[in-house]
Amino acid sequence: MTTSLSNVPDASGRFGEFGRRFVPETLMHALEELTQEYEKAKQDPSFQAELDDLLKHYVGRPNPLYFAERLTEHCGGGKIYFKREDLNHTGAHKINNTMGQALLTMRMGKKRVIAETGAGQHGVASAVACARFGLECIVYMGEEDIRRQKLNVFNMKMMGAEVRGVSSGSKTLRDAVNEAMRDWMSSVETTHYIIGSVIGPHPFPMMVRDFQSVIGKEAREQCLAQTGKLPDQVIACVGGGSNSAGMFYPFIDDEGVKLTGVEAGGRGPEPGEHASTLSYGAKGVLHGSFGYVLQDDDGQTMDVHSISAGLDYPGVGPEHSYWKDSGRVNYTAITDDEALEGFQTMARLEGIIPAIESSHAIAYAVKAARQASPDETIVVCLSGRGDKDVNEVARLLGRDI
Amino acid sequence: MTTSISETFATLKSENRMAFMPFITAGDPDLATTVDVLKELSRQGVDLIEVGFPYSDPIADGPVIQESYTRALNNGFHVHDLFEALKELSADESVDLPALVGMVSYAIIFRYGAERFLKEAADAGFSGLIVPDLPGDEAGEFVELTKAAQLDLVQLVSPLTPEDRTKRIVQSASGFIYCIAVAGTTGVRDELPAELTAHLESLRSLTDLPLAVGFGISKPEHVDTLRGKADGFIIGSAIVKQFAAFSDPDQTREDVIASIGKYAGEMAAATKG
Repeated sequence: MTTSLSNVPDASGRFGEFGRRFVPETLMHALEELTQEYEKAKQDPSFQAELDDLLKHYVGRPNPLYFAERLTEHCGGGKIYFKREDLNHTGAHKINNTMGQALLTMRMGKKRVIAETGAGQHGVASAVACARFGLECIVYMGEEDIRRQKLNVFNMKMMGAEVRGVSSGSKTLRDAVNEAMRDWMSSVETTHYIIGSVIGPHPFPMMVRDFQSVIGKEAREQCLAQTGKLPDQVIACVGGGSNSAGMFYPFIDDEGVKLTGVEAGGRGPEPGEHASTLSYGAKGVLHGSFGYVLQDDDGQTMDVHSISAGLDYPGVGPEHSYWKDSGRVNYTAITDDEALEGFQTMARLEGIIPAIESSHAIAYAVKAARQASPDETIVVCLSGRGDKDVNEVARLLGRDI
Repeated sequence: MTTSISETFATLKSENRMAFMPFITAGDPDLATTVDVLKELSRQGVDLIEVGFPYSDPIADGPVIQESYTRALNNGFHVHDLFEALKELSADESVDLPALVGMVSYAIIFRYGAERFLKEAADAGFSGLIVPDLPGDEAGEFVELTKAAQLDLVQLVSPLTPEDRTKRIVQSASGFIYCIAVAGTTGVRDELPAELTAHLESLRSLTDLPLAVGFGISKPEHVDTLRGKADGFIIGSAIVKQFAAFSDPDQTREDVIASIGKYAGEMAAATKG
């Protein structure tokens, strides 16, 4: 008997050997409660109906599957389509997950939410969800990311969230996750931690994947309706891995669809120069789950680098680790410079300013399209818009705004 | 010769005394200092010593211990070097070293290789390990490996752990039960919570293993609160914060070690009531 790749995790949160719960005992009861509450919510038609209504009328779903004609012509090969998560309210896919988890927070009778953020998109999406439902919101963010993402920090504060700067370690996403976990340790009875990616202890990787799967479900239906067939390739960027997990999951059992996750190749393959966990990492434990990580031989987390604050993370979701080892998904890396090039090409040819995270997927899609024949269809997750990144891009290009 | 954890608690019970277990971070600011601090703590008559392995991403620890970990890692701490240094110290007959308990993240153990880690830890003189991010449910295979290495695997129980879960956890524990006094991270607190007494009584009805209380303890008054209810207590942040003074140019290394020793001596005296 073969097990479908889509039929994971098991009840203990295992994606094959990956996942599980490596957290202090203080958090275990809350994780069990959350797992039970989520299972009940999934069975409750009123929960899904409320979420669907919010996604339609508040988030703006379904968003389009857009045929990028000029970019396709530029590449001279396969047809490139974009799943337009950049058109969601808040301008990124992160809102799909925060609306779902905010509803769960209220079901559990909790009034306080904490979140961590790298690029700020998950922080903004959490602040939005909390403002919408009247929940207290604390967002942890590394001080280096606060510097890089001033616009999002301002937006979070406008919506009533408190942004707490994290000055430990590399002052980026990983340190923000540590600090949010610590807050949760002392506040777990009154507070829900809205983890922003498919990382962390069970049930977070499963739950965030489920909430993000709306991306792939819509893309699958839209592709069938618009092209009459499933796509030949699906491409998405991978940091922690939530937009890609949501995009890939509904295609996992479609063996003919090639799936590619694009990691942050940074300045190159040397340790500390990139954030390509699946390309260069090894198996280990980080932030409550077992998966691929970038660590030294003693298990200490390595410093990582990416042009994108949202991809600047030394771990990856356990389900991606499982997909990598099963061979179902191909993982590759795109460098900072290639991503910048992708950003500019997209802006110039399609009139869309993409998030610098998504620019990694775009840069790879350009390469893939050139190798493909004109009858092949390539669907790319445009996970977010790039307004938040323009100051950083201008700085890197040596331009004044 | 290393004393085992169970022998230590049995002796203390016969003397009607609680165990005092200070926590220090290995390698803060360097391994030579760690060895000298261990010698000083031994001289002060502490009953067990918890040795923390610095980890880059601790989530159970508060800022004092995290900063200590960072100092050690920035100074080039490596697991193997600690084991080598402790092996030498354990063999030193002039030092009456109490039972050593390692506090180490599973991230480190997994990457180092569990069997290799356990063998080297036992050879270095450790009597047991606390692995804070390996809760009872996940510990299955590792429990067997620690037994095979003749090490105790101490399990943690939090005030939020339900009774049915506690029953499962105490079954796979050995050495002692680490009773977390407060829901939260490590760090000094003014008062211990009132519910702690009931929590300890409930735990006592579920296991015969010694109960040691940690998180938030810093003062002799805290020890009085625990007397008759717990078998021991652990002090971390109140000691570790003194290690920051090693980088103070106005204090000599000897003075800082003496100050740590003085505090440990006072707390050791407090166990005698």
